[in-house]
Amino acid sequence: MLGYILRRLLQVIPVFFGATLLIYFLVFAMPGDPILALFGDRTPNPAVVAQLREQYHLNDPFLVQYWYYITGVFQGDLGTTFSGRPVSTVLAETLPVTGRLAVMAIGIEFVLAIIIGTISALRKGKLFDHTMLMVALVALAIPIFVVAFLAQYFLAIKLGWFKPTVGSDNDWGGLWLPAIVLGFSLYAVSMRLMRSSVIDTLNQDWVRTAYSKGLSRGRVIPVHVLRNSLIPVITNSATNFGVLLVGATVTEGIFNVPGVGNTLYQAAIRNEGPTVVSFVTVFVILYVLVNLIIDLLYGLLDPRIRYA
Amino acid sequence: MHDPTTQNHFVAPVATESISIDAVRIAEKPRNLWRDAWTDLRRRPLFWFSVVLALFFLAMALWPTLFTSTPPNSDCQLSNSNAGPTEGHPLGFTFQGCDIYARVVWGAQTSLAVGLLATAISSILGLIMGAIAGFYGGWLDSLLSRIGDIFFAIPYILAAVVVMTVFSQYRSVPVLAIAIGGFAWASTARVVRAEVLRVRQSDFVVASRALGRSKFATLVGHVIPNALAPLLVVSTLSLAASIVAEATLSFLGVGLGSDTMSWGNDIGAAQSSLRVAPMALIYPSIALTLAVLAFVTLGELIRDAIDPRARARR
Repeated sequence: MLGYILRRLLQVIPVFFGATLLIYFLVFAMPGDPILALFGDRTPNPAVVAQLREQYHLNDPFLVQYWYYITGVFQGDLGTTFSGRPVSTVLAETLPVTGRLAVMAIGIEFVLAIIIGTISALRKGKLFDHTMLMVALVALAIPIFVVAFLAQYFLAIKLGWFKPTVGSDNDWGGLWLPAIVLGFSLYAVSMRLMRSSVIDTLNQDWVRTAYSKGLSRGRVIPVHVLRNSLIPVITNSATNFGVLLVGATVTEGIFNVPGVGNTLYQAAIRNEGPTVVSFVTVFVILYVLVNLIIDLLYGLLDPRIRYA
Repeated sequence: MHDPTTQNHFVAPVATESISIDAVRIAEKPRNLWRDAWTDLRRRPLFWFSVVLALFFLAMALWPTLFTSTPPNSDCQLSNSNAGPTEGHPLGFTFQGCDIYARVVWGAQTSLAVGLLATAISSILGLIMGAIAGFYGGWLDSLLSRIGDIFFAIPYILAAVVVMTVFSQYRSVPVLAIAIGGFAWASTARVVRAEVLRVRQSDFVVASRALGRSKFATLVGHVIPNALAPLLVVSTLSLAASIVAEATLSFLGVGLGSDTMSWGNDIGAAQSSLRVAPMALIYPSIALTLAVLAFVTLGELIRDAIDPRARARR
């Protein structure tokens, strides 16, 4: 196990530096002089410009600038937003909200996907299965901001079941509508994975053995089949995390949830380059870390992965 | 010359009660992956539904004037703001007083242009990177796969948001397509690499090398043509994903400029008047969803058709 962890950690290091370097390079290539932009329409004093260039290491080569940046990141300095607040402070305020939203969305996704995927698999080829596969296909095709607006219009404005925007009411109870929308966007892939995984498991010899030694359906399905069918769904949540991050940006923006995604959304709408870059970097770091954690857990659960 | 179709097999067909053993049906064309897939696909109504839908949107993108004679931008009158359907304007008007139907028709161009170009970029990049990594192996494989991992670690819509914010002065269809396709190729490369690794083991590859063809000629002439099936699936699905990406970026305000007709732009513009005029938002959403649905369905059906295991799950 230790060897596996070390190997996986060694793999993640180049990915981490490569991904942050790539984004940093894009910013480096940004047209326009950032120092001149600070002065707006006024013509700055050349001495001040030179001093600022030195202060922000702008005269150093690209890799040296990246080095200053990335050591800053490790010390918790992720830059400042357009309005001058440190990104780390904004993160401390907004991450808990996004965390709550993500937990609720993943919960909704898993419960729905596992229940409906299993029933679909057990009734393969029947009306229920066909209907649910069609629903999943549509769910896969419909972009999340469309789902969000439809939910906002029909469930909140027309039916009045939820408040159309979240705002300061961002406790667990207030986040239901965005969580349902976000969960629905994750649902389709998981449900279909669950369905095909259960179908594959049902054909295994040991399921037949379980039946033939006289176990009831009520015991074989939950204990023998479901437990063994969950692995692909859980592994997929690593890839799904990318969808979750993009989805959170869109849903938080539409429902005005004061989370990390909303900060990125507002920055994108207002075209605030540096803020966008800081938060995308945060998302990429989160994505790499979550993938690492899921991989490590997966290795813990399944010995075959460790020794592969 | 003798006709191969009339040649008899040297073992006489042995007839038993229910089956005939070793009756070689030479007259029948040999089975192959594509033929089997086609036999499977053409029997499925959903396949024809998605083909027709895809062709419909393609026609809308290529010849928008076939569908509407109303100019989408110039004919807007504020007196029509959020007005309902009238004669000649079947879907009503936007907040700016533009004809919704005309804008939906003209929006197809942007979606498909960005989608096709981005898919072409990600497919070609993915094919080159995946094929070289899978076929040559060794340090080249390690290097290319690590580069792929780096791109894979950045969700491509987020990467495209950064690119489009950074290059905000240069917003155009090619730049947007490069922003999407340039970051979406890593998953294509993984699929191609896996398939090339599988095909590389085949006897015909060994034969080609034994006959003296160079490694590169074998790769281009034999390995890649036999590894295209999964690429076709991934490309169709990534066309759908690129259309969603374009709409999402335009909706976020970092896609094409607001003067460009795009479903994403129109949905973004209509959100402020969602309460009073939901239809200005719903119609472009329907068009967007149907276009994505067509390509997602097509890609998935092709995937099912070329994968015998998926057929068993139906």
